[in-house]
Amino acid sequence: MDLQNQARIKELTEGIGAENIIVLLGTAEPDTASLIAETVTLGDPTFAGSLAGVPLGLKVYHIIEPEIKAEIDPAVYEEQVAMMEMVVDVDGLIDEVSKMRQDGSNF
Amino acid sequence: MLILADKKIIIIGDRDGIPGPAIAECAISAGASIIFTTTECFV
Repeated sequence: MDLQNQARIKELTEGIGAENIIVLLGTAEPDTASLIAETVTLGDPTFAGSLAGVPLGLKVYHIIEPEIKAEIDPAVYEEQVAMMEMVVDVDGLIDEVSKMRQDGSNF
Repeated sequence: MLILADKKIIIIGDRDGIPGPAIAECAISAGASIIFTTTECFV
């Protein structure tokens, strides 16, 4: 994840409180989804950014996960996400992000 | 219990997947507040 974004997410979490925050991902590849989900839960696995060794434990979902999709206005989802949902590895994305959420989220 | 309603949302979009502003529209429609949005290029 971009190093400046890591710093900003750390700052926001410290100010607002991790329990009030949800992270939503739009990554196309399962491997990338896993890497980003790990960064905002257990810390930056590349040890390059502000979140290296900083387990924020944030609750993280991919936008295409069924429990998230169910809360979005269907017309908005259709317009903004449905097209990409048809071309990405939906099962792979859900597996990777839900696994990291179970392993690393504190909430 | 709803996941998104009344929560503060951090969005990490993907230029080759679903970009940040598209996710933001979705989250707002679910009653969430957006506190940070980015669209990264992971290639």
